[in-house]
Amino acid sequence: MAAKISILIVDDEESVRDSLYNWFIEDGYIVECAENAKEALSILESRNFDIILADLKMPGMDGLEMQRRIRSLNKDAIVIIMTAFASVDSAVRALKDGAYDYVTKPFDPDDLSHLIRNATKQITLRAENEALKKKVISLENVDDIIGNSTAMMKVLKEVESVAQSNSSVIIIGESGTGKELIARAIHSNSPRKYFPMVSVHCGALTESLLESELFGHEKGAFTGAMYNRKGRFEMADGGTIFLDEIATISTKMQIELLRVLETKSFMRVGGNKEISSDFRVICATNRDLKKMVENGTFREDLYYRLNVVSITVPPLRERIEDIPLLVDYFIKKYCTSMSRDLITIDPAALARLEEFEFPGNVRELENMIERAIVIGNGKEIHLKDLPLGKDTMSISVESLDDHEKKHIFQILTKYNWNISRSAKALKVDRVTLYNKIKKYDLKQFE
Amino acid sequence: MNDSQNITLISFGYFEKDFLEKVAGAVKQEFPFPVNIKEGRIDLSEFYDPGRRQYDGIRLLKELDSMHHPESIKTLGLFNVDLFIPILTYIFGQAYLRGRCGIVSTYRLKNELYGMRQDEDLLHNRFRKVCIHELGHAFGLIHCHTPTCVMKSSTYVEDIDLKSHNLCISCRNEIGIK
Repeated sequence: MAAKISILIVDDEESVRDSLYNWFIEDGYIVECAENAKEALSILESRNFDIILADLKMPGMDGLEMQRRIRSLNKDAIVIIMTAFASVDSAVRALKDGAYDYVTKPFDPDDLSHLIRNATKQITLRAENEALKKKVISLENVDDIIGNSTAMMKVLKEVESVAQSNSSVIIIGESGTGKELIARAIHSNSPRKYFPMVSVHCGALTESLLESELFGHEKGAFTGAMYNRKGRFEMADGGTIFLDEIATISTKMQIELLRVLETKSFMRVGGNKEISSDFRVICATNRDLKKMVENGTFREDLYYRLNVVSITVPPLRERIEDIPLLVDYFIKKYCTSMSRDLITIDPAALARLEEFEFPGNVRELENMIERAIVIGNGKEIHLKDLPLGKDTMSISVESLDDHEKKHIFQILTKYNWNISRSAKALKVDRVTLYNKIKKYDLKQFE
Repeated sequence: MNDSQNITLISFGYFEKDFLEKVAGAVKQEFPFPVNIKEGRIDLSEFYDPGRRQYDGIRLLKELDSMHHPESIKTLGLFNVDLFIPILTYIFGQAYLRGRCGIVSTYRLKNELYGMRQDEDLLHNRFRKVCIHELGHAFGLIHCHTPTCVMKSSTYVEDIDLKSHNLCISCRNEIGIK
């Protein structure tokens, strides 16, 4: 899956260029040649090479000067300086300036093979290191998917079956339901898991920024484009690209995206070279794409290209049985991160959370728990610590009696079972409140 | 591939007839073409580099390319002199990838060059592997990672001994031979 290693040979002698070209091409590398530093730098402005073999002595700019300029274009390139005249001084200078190695022509065939093999190993290790770092992050995030509800088990089953394939996936769900976590779970369980998952929040970027973000840009492509920059599609080579809020992209970007998905190749903004990348696409949206297709605001061909498999993440109100697990998880998460002792939640507060509508879904619940830990007494989360205001309260289908019972219990809890203060708040006398407590069999430690 | 074409082996310098026939037989076994043996005559002194005391492989390859006959699908020049290319201290052989020609030499394949006992069988084994390897490049094959495949890169003479004289299945598939 990894791309082939590319080598740029820079030497003013044609015979040297030809023989190196033939040697490397037989080894299966992608090889290009330049006869001087100026030509090499111009090639490097339009595309990157993994290894650059440069002659030390060339007319005009020498290999050392060229190496310094290469660093500003591509700091990751491995530069090997070649020379026909062995000189300790120039070798030391080359290595100090960041050259990978310094060799004297002619080389022993085995030395050349070893040199390139070691350089290739370093490139591969660097790529693996990056991929593994991202994998660790991905796997941590997979653990963040909490829930035993039937709805969530169904989602996880879908994740499992879709992960092994290479198909495009659309994750549909309201804001805050954890669509990105589902995307990470798909990626982490796929054969692409050792390569990066690159996320792009399409809704947060303007059209031109999104274009540059996705495709990358060449130096000078627009004001402020000081250096060549890899796009997200290029960075996702071998892995997965996650396009969040896909419904927000413009019609122009929809056309561009469709072309990239069909050809798996693209050009950087301001560039003229086709770049190929092997990536899998996972999109997420909280909008009804099918309706958008019907309205003509989303391209039908792109919709069908993306919607090979769709996974719907249920809103929190449809999996209330997961709320206790989620609350426990967030308590552990935030108490640990704030270096506090683990606290508990008052059953009444938990019961109230289970009734809440949660328009912001799991993200809203998480924020509530974090807030409650910050402002609470440090031992237990009480109803008063939760921002469950009247305006955001759910409309339940309870009977009037049930509703009255809960309301009285809530007020009693709020005033720590002080009957006088609770009665005053409820605008009833104390006897009426006692009668209600008796009627509903309310107890302080229920 | 055109069935009416041949692979031509042109020897430059002295080679035993029997030795050449055995090489031709091995080549024929690997590639589905008739193999011709010819004797070539060029003034090798024109290709001699006194500074390196070796023969310029790139110029010899160009010379051979100019001698290429249309009836030949590939032409391989067989030498027994020490070959070099500008960047390398020596080569066993060289060919244009997907080109018409290649060159090989027995010089660096001889056991006695490394202070060991002369071994004609070993020399023949090594030589036929290098011939098939360079012809493989001419047919468009790049180096193969299969340890026993003849297309595996060999930078030391001992590397040649480790591989077989056959193309692996994937290399055969690559150039469309059964």
